[in-house]
Amino acid sequence: MSAVSYDYEVVVGKAAEDSERPIAKRIAGGGLSVWRRIWSSRGTRFLGPLILLGVWQLAVSVGHASPLSLPSPSNVFTTGRHLVANGTLISALLVSLRRVGLGLALGVAIGGSLALLSSLSLVGERLIDPVMHMFRTMPVLALLPLFVVWFGIGEKAKVFIVGWAVVFPIYINLYAGVRSVDEKLVTAGKVLGLGRWGLIRHVILPGALPQFLTGLRLALGVSWLVLVAAEEINATSGLGYMITNAQNLSETNVMFVVLIVFSLLGLATDILVRLIERWTLSWRSSFVTK
Amino acid sequence: MALELRDEVATGSEPAVTQPSAPLRALTGDTAYAGDPAGAAGSARAGEPVVKIRGYGRRFGDRVVLEGVDLDLADGEVAALLGASGSGKSTLLRALCGIDHGADGHVTVPKERAVVFQDHRLLPWKKVWRNVLIGVKGSKADALAALQEVGIAGRADAWPGTLSGGESQRVALARAFIRRPRLLLLDEPFGALDALTRLRMHGLLRELCARHNPATLLVTHDVDEAITLADRILVISDGRISLDHRVGDDASARSGTAALALRARLLSELGVNPNHRPHQNHEKR
Repeated sequence: MSAVSYDYEVVVGKAAEDSERPIAKRIAGGGLSVWRRIWSSRGTRFLGPLILLGVWQLAVSVGHASPLSLPSPSNVFTTGRHLVANGTLISALLVSLRRVGLGLALGVAIGGSLALLSSLSLVGERLIDPVMHMFRTMPVLALLPLFVVWFGIGEKAKVFIVGWAVVFPIYINLYAGVRSVDEKLVTAGKVLGLGRWGLIRHVILPGALPQFLTGLRLALGVSWLVLVAAEEINATSGLGYMITNAQNLSETNVMFVVLIVFSLLGLATDILVRLIERWTLSWRSSFVTK
Repeated sequence: MALELRDEVATGSEPAVTQPSAPLRALTGDTAYAGDPAGAAGSARAGEPVVKIRGYGRRFGDRVVLEGVDLDLADGEVAALLGASGSGKSTLLRALCGIDHGADGHVTVPKERAVVFQDHRLLPWKKVWRNVLIGVKGSKADALAALQEVGIAGRADAWPGTLSGGESQRVALARAFIRRPRLLLLDEPFGALDALTRLRMHGLLRELCARHNPATLLVTHDVDEAITLADRILVISDGRISLDHRVGDDASARSGTAALALRARLLSELGVNPNHRPHQNHEKR
């Protein structure tokens, strides 16, 4: 009898605890059954990709696909190891990383400054905002030939086109972030004696930060997209060049290696932004751990 | 005529009585008051009102919310401002905050003023103690002392998002009192709290006001809260102050039949007749 009531209490305790956890976690795993507990562990995140890999290998083995159209995972893996060992992949990756890094820095600096000017001052908004929306709708890749004409086929054109593409997600999100800062907090800051710079520093910028980070996430994605496009059109180095070159040489397995590198880069940038969020947005209740 | 909001510039946080006395000026906007050191030194003269409002008016479009309001508040006086919603009580408080720039009249308020809103308005990205120090030059020790005073020093390093409503409002009070305000403006500060927490906060506020002695304007729609806390009860209706009642000093004025009589009077002034059946209970406009 007592055992039954004990069990019951445990369940109640867990359920009560459960209701205080974030909804996503509750849905992912209530912790009531073994099944749920397994799926709530982080390791299971790798299951999906592993299954995909298995299906891929199976398709190649059963379907006798030509390595030209679909190389097997093991083939791709060997090729990848080879490309790492002879330095081709690493040097291409470093070249591309440098271009993306410089372009991002440039784009974030310019997009961020323009967003602040535009969102914080009426004159800035009048002058900057319409222009930004005009440029925003131009397809970036259509500008690529123009950038080549202006900046040549060297590093500049590639860095600048990445910077150009990055400016817009940063601008739009930071602008919206600043404008969506709670008016009540701004009023509170004013009556607490904060001046214009104090308000910007203590109220407006921290308030706009979450949306700025959303912009940064988008910018990271678009920067790779644009860089590869630029490298495919005119370059003698970099990941985009590797893909085009592999196409010309009918090395489908190399193309697969580079594509996998891109997926890993996407994962890495996502983790990077998550870390930045965890570090800068620790005040948000979803990150607060008691 | 535009609203002239004048910040008195008092030197330091000396008690008002020790300030050299000089004629209080600037009531009707003759001289450049704030930039005049001789006038500034005299602003905290004992016996002079901390707040002077003359001919204050506010309209939004064609709708006149307040007109011809005159009001003085003395040092240490706790005045409750009652009014139905939309009566303009928060508008008047905003004018005293210095965040309303569309009004008429003359308002003189001290520079050392602090505001507590109904919602705590703590910056969620600053830890509690940093919130207390916003706009103030001070150390963490100063913030801790202020938090100690409101009984919440233990949460100094917490994020505001983890505080309960009552705790947040305590922090908001600490943030107000660390400024050593000569004028404390409270905009329905306990309106969002549960009944028990509200009672505790009433006790805390009385304690803090007794210790720091600011002139206090408490905007509320709670008649009982006004009777409990205020030395003086003002009722706004029809765009003006229609009642200015001083509550007696002895405790009996706030309890028993005296309080009941006052309550009934305030309610009828607010256009509420508690004896009416609900369907007859219309707000008087």
